[in-house]
Amino acid sequence: MNMKILVVDDEEDVKSLFEQKFRREIRGGQFEFSFAFSGEEALEFMQNHPSEVVMILSDINMPGMSGIELLKKIRADHPSAPPQVMMITAYGDAANHDQAMQLGADDFLTKPVNFNELKEKLLLL
Amino acid sequence: MHFIVAFFLIQYAHSVIQHTDHASKWDNFFKYARIIVFSLVATYYIAESPDWFGWIWNLGLLGLVRFFNQNDDFKSIRSTAQSVLPFVGISMVSDFFEQVFPKFYNSYDQFFQIALSFAFIFCFVIWFYARKQQKVLTQEREERLREEQIAKETKLSLEYLVAERTQELTQQKEELQKTIEELRATQNQLIQSEKMASLGELTAGIAHEIQNPLNFVNNFSEVSVELCQELEEEIDKTNIDDNDKEYIKGIIGDLSQNQQKITHHGKRADSIVKGMLQHSRASSGEKEPVDVNALADEYMRLAYHGLRAKDKEFNAALVTDFDGTIGMVNVLPQDLGRVFLNLFTNAFYAVAEKKRKGIESGQLGDYKPEVKISTKKFDNKLYIRVSDNGTGMPEHVKAKIFQPFFTTKPTGQGTGLGLSMSYDIITNGHGGVLEVDTVEGEKTEFRITIPIA
Repeated sequence: MNMKILVVDDEEDVKSLFEQKFRREIRGGQFEFSFAFSGEEALEFMQNHPSEVVMILSDINMPGMSGIELLKKIRADHPSAPPQVMMITAYGDAANHDQAMQLGADDFLTKPVNFNELKEKLLLL
Repeated sequence: MHFIVAFFLIQYAHSVIQHTDHASKWDNFFKYARIIVFSLVATYYIAESPDWFGWIWNLGLLGLVRFFNQNDDFKSIRSTAQSVLPFVGISMVSDFFEQVFPKFYNSYDQFFQIALSFAFIFCFVIWFYARKQQKVLTQEREERLREEQIAKETKLSLEYLVAERTQELTQQKEELQKTIEELRATQNQLIQSEKMASLGELTAGIAHEIQNPLNFVNNFSEVSVELCQELEEEIDKTNIDDNDKEYIKGIIGDLSQNQQKITHHGKRADSIVKGMLQHSRASSGEKEPVDVNALADEYMRLAYHGLRAKDKEFNAALVTDFDGTIGMVNVLPQDLGRVFLNLFTNAFYAVAEKKRKGIESGQLGDYKPEVKISTKKFDNKLYIRVSDNGTGMPEHVKAKIFQPFFTTKPTGQGTGLGLSMSYDIITNGHGGVLEVDTVEGEKTEFRITIPIA
């Protein structure tokens, strides 16, 4: 099984971090990671690779389109086959959490990301 | 006639003297003078009116006038008294002629009588006039006295008014001074609160900015440790010489250890940032009825055992003085708990430090560490005191303890956020006051005052 995951974060180092953290899983072909460094880029990627991505991990606080806006767009543009969306943010307060869940997020994680927890959650899908 | 003149002269002199300051001094004198005059009259009639008796009268009158003249107390009646002199003079001349030249006297008898009568009348006219003037003078004097009296009364009442006004003004001045002092204190508090608020905002901003890069440091160092493990496993699969393998593994072990150090210190920084964020984040919690005594007791024990876990030697007496009538109070339990934890941790730290220093310098004496909590409900206010008999603080430390990042603990032991956070929780979260009293080397007392509806 090859699970395609799109990671959206304005920090470019996130790419190498995920690649190293999930080195074994990527090597073993369980996960395939793609990266977008803004909300706009993420939407463009989804346009070019329709129905490929099954999971989106998105940061909330980004310059330009925020994670919340991206979430709204995804839910509006892909009503039939929605990819799973997991929000990741440094602001783990209740207001942020409730807003994300209300807008259709499947899960909510706070930074710093606990990669073991994330790994388990991803493997369950 | 002599008697009448003498009598009236004495009478007149007495009445004048009575109005002066010397009245009482001369009372007896006039009494005796009158007695003498009456006894003289009596003697005159008993002796069947001898001719020579006129001489006694004349000499007496002269003596009286002379006496008045010489005594300063009678200055005012001198001129009037002297009006007797013509009468005495004529009387003496007439008597002289009567006895020495009876013939001559008899032929001019009428003339002498008329002269004497005129002198007699003259005396009374002068006296009458003097009396009139005396009366006017007396009246004037009385009027003046009355005026003086009125003036005195007015002055007294004015003085009273002035004193009253002065007292009022003094009181007002004192009140104003007190108000100014209160205003100054409030202003200082406002400045302090403003500083705290701006520092809080700054803290929040910095914390967020630091949090993200710090996450990368922690994550990458963690993943590097994993990579090192993988690398070690991979090396075992190769055919490298065992000596070389050991050498390479040694290097990998050092690298792994370094990464762990980075993780460790990164985590330390992370907890500080967490504290800052927690501190600056507006409390979203709701106030709820809480048994403050139980809360304080719980955190006191928590702080105590926290320190005991780190230092087995540590010991301190826990003294509680709870007001049982407090009941349930609406507070933010987590926040207030954090304040208690901070205050107690600091108190225990202070007594532990004092004990440690005492042991180091060998001057411990019979020092008994003691941390005390007392609560009191009074006049819709909740008073909480946390005191210790620890190291206390010098003035320059006391001035800074509520500032974020200020700490006297050694590096790594304190973030310097505890008290600034507590300050924020009490003032902004509960609308209360957090104050501190301390004597260096002796004690510290934190006072919390929270209004309760």
